[in-house]
Amino acid sequence: MASATPSPKVNYIGLPILAYRGGKSTLCPGCGDNAISERIIEAMYEMGVEPERVMKISGIGCSSKSPAYFMSRSHSFNGVHGRMPAVASGAIVANRTMTTIGLSGDGDTASIGLGQFLHLMRRNLPMIYIVEDNGVFALTKGQFSATADLGSKLKNGLVNRLPAIDTCALAIQLGATFVGRSFSGDKKQLLSMLKAAIAHKGTVLLDIISPCVTFNDHEGSTKSYKFMQENDEPINEVGFVASFDEIEVDYDSGKVYEAEMHDGSRLRLRKLLEDYDPTDKANAVRILMEAQEQEEILTGVFYINTGKPTYLDLLNMVDEPLCTLPESLIRPPKSALDALMAALR
Amino acid sequence: MATGNFAPCQQQGALSARTRVVNDFSIKISTVNGSGSQSANSVLMKSIFGMGVPVGGKNLFPSNIAGDPTWFLIRASKDGYAGRKRDSEILIALNPETAEADLRALSPGGVIICEEALNHSLNLDRVRDDIFFYPVPFEKITGTICPEAKLRKLVKNMVYVGVAAQLLAIDLAVVENGLRRQFSSKQKVFELNFGAVKAGFDYAQANLVKRDPFCIERMNGTAGKIIIDGNAACGMGAVFAGVTVVAWYPITPSTTVIEATKDLLKKLRLTPKGKATFAVVQAEDELAAIGMVLGAGWAGARAMTATSGPGLSLMTEFCGLGYFAEIPGVIVDVQRAGPSTGLPTRTQQSDLLSTAFLSHGDTKHPILLPGSVKECFELTQAAFDLAERLQTPVFVLSDLDLGMNNWISESFDYPTKPLDRGKVLTAKELERLGGEFARYRDVDGDAVGWRTLPGTMHPKAAYFTRGSGHNEASEYTEKPEEYQAIMDRLARKFESARQLLPAPVAVRNEGAKIGFLAYGSTDCALCESLDQIRQRYGQQVDYMRLRAWPFAQSVHDFVAAHERIYVVEQNRDAQMASLLKIDLAGGQAAKLRSILHYNGWPVDAEFITEEFAVKEGI
Repeated sequence: MASATPSPKVNYIGLPILAYRGGKSTLCPGCGDNAISERIIEAMYEMGVEPERVMKISGIGCSSKSPAYFMSRSHSFNGVHGRMPAVASGAIVANRTMTTIGLSGDGDTASIGLGQFLHLMRRNLPMIYIVEDNGVFALTKGQFSATADLGSKLKNGLVNRLPAIDTCALAIQLGATFVGRSFSGDKKQLLSMLKAAIAHKGTVLLDIISPCVTFNDHEGSTKSYKFMQENDEPINEVGFVASFDEIEVDYDSGKVYEAEMHDGSRLRLRKLLEDYDPTDKANAVRILMEAQEQEEILTGVFYINTGKPTYLDLLNMVDEPLCTLPESLIRPPKSALDALMAALR
Repeated sequence: MATGNFAPCQQQGALSARTRVVNDFSIKISTVNGSGSQSANSVLMKSIFGMGVPVGGKNLFPSNIAGDPTWFLIRASKDGYAGRKRDSEILIALNPETAEADLRALSPGGVIICEEALNHSLNLDRVRDDIFFYPVPFEKITGTICPEAKLRKLVKNMVYVGVAAQLLAIDLAVVENGLRRQFSSKQKVFELNFGAVKAGFDYAQANLVKRDPFCIERMNGTAGKIIIDGNAACGMGAVFAGVTVVAWYPITPSTTVIEATKDLLKKLRLTPKGKATFAVVQAEDELAAIGMVLGAGWAGARAMTATSGPGLSLMTEFCGLGYFAEIPGVIVDVQRAGPSTGLPTRTQQSDLLSTAFLSHGDTKHPILLPGSVKECFELTQAAFDLAERLQTPVFVLSDLDLGMNNWISESFDYPTKPLDRGKVLTAKELERLGGEFARYRDVDGDAVGWRTLPGTMHPKAAYFTRGSGHNEASEYTEKPEEYQAIMDRLARKFESARQLLPAPVAVRNEGAKIGFLAYGSTDCALCESLDQIRQRYGQQVDYMRLRAWPFAQSVHDFVAAHERIYVVEQNRDAQMASLLKIDLAGGQAAKLRSILHYNGWPVDAEFITEEFAVKEGI
């Protein structure tokens, strides 16, 4: 008897990685956004998230096209420029049981969409907000965005003279409960951060430096592959142990900060920056501001708070999705209308 | 005993004895904004209602928190006319700044009730010799019954309620009953206020000699009826339509739509465990509000927002996305005078054209046009069904007059039909179809595709929603024929909407050559005007009230059946007439004439009648 064909590798809910794939990318070959899509696929696969239980929401720009390139079995909404937060907020309150991933870029978030970004952070709605950050408006051929670093140079020699908006510092200050920065080229760090993000209950803001190979990957750019490879300074080494993983590794609590996530999984941050406490909001913002002064690019998990109520908690909503509540629960009975009418007579 | 209650003119006989005027006059209460007169005005209005007399109240208030002049008009009308009466017969003058001008505007033979001290300082009784004067020492009366200085400003208002009740022969027990209901849970507040009413009543009884002809007599005109404002009615409509997500940004005059919705949701939509079956999100601006509505509508919730002109402008881009990506949502627009900030507390019907085509590109939206508070309730409900049935944003255009003023109405009826949640495929249905699903395919011939909701547990359920060019399967496309096919189907869907939207309401008379078209809050003034036209000029005319855009075929038929059509509306640019001209067949458009009122105050019957007479040369 011939040996059986080896069954394809599946994750812990029995799905192959193919179930997490998307359409063919139409972004430039080598674009950092494609690497991020790959990591999202791996993270969702490894975390065993059912693709049908995911909503992908995006704004406008190269980054916002990328939901088409991963997880075709998930519903996706590519909205208008800078307004991903509003669409995502509406969808999340309509169906709180979904895992929601918001894809945005630096122009979409820090320029046209800054207002919505800030207010979303205040609400701490459960979702993963990814800024695919390349420092330029690529779809319109390479103008500076608001996250371009002071002194960074465009291809044509133009130098940025305005300070960069640090989306991480803003997110921490305003109320996001999981904030980190990564680099599309750092597979290991990014994957761990994404997995922890999936496990987190609250707003996750991940600013992922994602070099634009066409308009911002040259000498003098602070968002190029080369610059990031040379200047990426992780403040911690990000490790993640999923709730269904049996592996138990001893660790030195003096050197590692461990956070227990809502689903029972664990985020382990090995301290690289001396005594860095990722639960200290003010310190996190200080470190980021100092890094900007010193022209350093810090990566890692800057801030985590697993205890803060989300906006859904504040809304005191039922556990079921609002969108599919039956008529009996959403249309009050005739007696209610009769009583209202009687009071108006 | 005060004897100098009447202007010298009366002694000269300028005011001849008149027959009594019963249940047919308008009271203008003139105060300073922020003086807390609202509950007093409401009590007076509801007391007239309690006497069985049809009544309505209009608050003509400034865009200001405190200090500017404000007027409240109470119209008692045995015939049930609810429009603004151009001239008032009775003035309660409490604002020194406007007292003289208000007095000059009174109808001849009218009445002024004013602060005695004000009369002395302004010599009001010398201004006109054809008015009945009733000076009342409001300050003094209030001082004696309300020792607490900080409450006096509020309590003083109740004193004029008492004076007016006595002069107009309103049963004090009716006033008491109304007050008791208003302050049902606060016995002390009730006592203080009723004390003030009583003091005013007693003062009038002891000191004023009734000489004017105006009075309220019990009649049976309010049995089973209610008094409510249009915004509260819209909110009620939303709640009984099963709204689940409300996202909004405060803006006058729509704010109370959401406040009413929220209050009712908290009262009626908690589970036995106290959990909310709804979410109300105050957004950072109108862009976010409509974005949330579309996000929620896309996910399958019944979502709404309410706004006014400036907010609607900000929603423009998203509304185009909602149209093109075919996402349900309800937008209540309570119109105010614009453009820009315009007159935020004054009324207009001037958002019609901008709403019809809100956004860039080829875009058009179904619009519902409630003409009464009852229709605010019914059409807001209908908007939710239509938005999900047609998978598109649906607009309810109310206005400040309808939305923020008090209207008498038949009681609202409980909906007879179940909610229409539109075409949604479940996982089971997808299974039955073998996963064969294309989001934008017209499988039923009504140009409306089937949709799936996020979370549908079938591997073929998902689709990619986008504002960029897409084909039937919602895949990105820039192919001319694929893009155009979607645009053509959207145009066909708009034709489907024609059949589904609320039909117009027509009043036809045999052989009438002239027809009127109007919509929204213009209805009340127009109905009164049509009676005037009949009485004064012996003209029989027809009237069709539009309730939606796109227009039903019957609108075309109505225009075709008349020689001349008067379109009456409250904007400068004849916006409804413009929409009609786009739709009407050649030749028919030439029949349209416009009567336009756009100064910010609600249109009144006299205005329409006079304009009509001038245009007809009669």
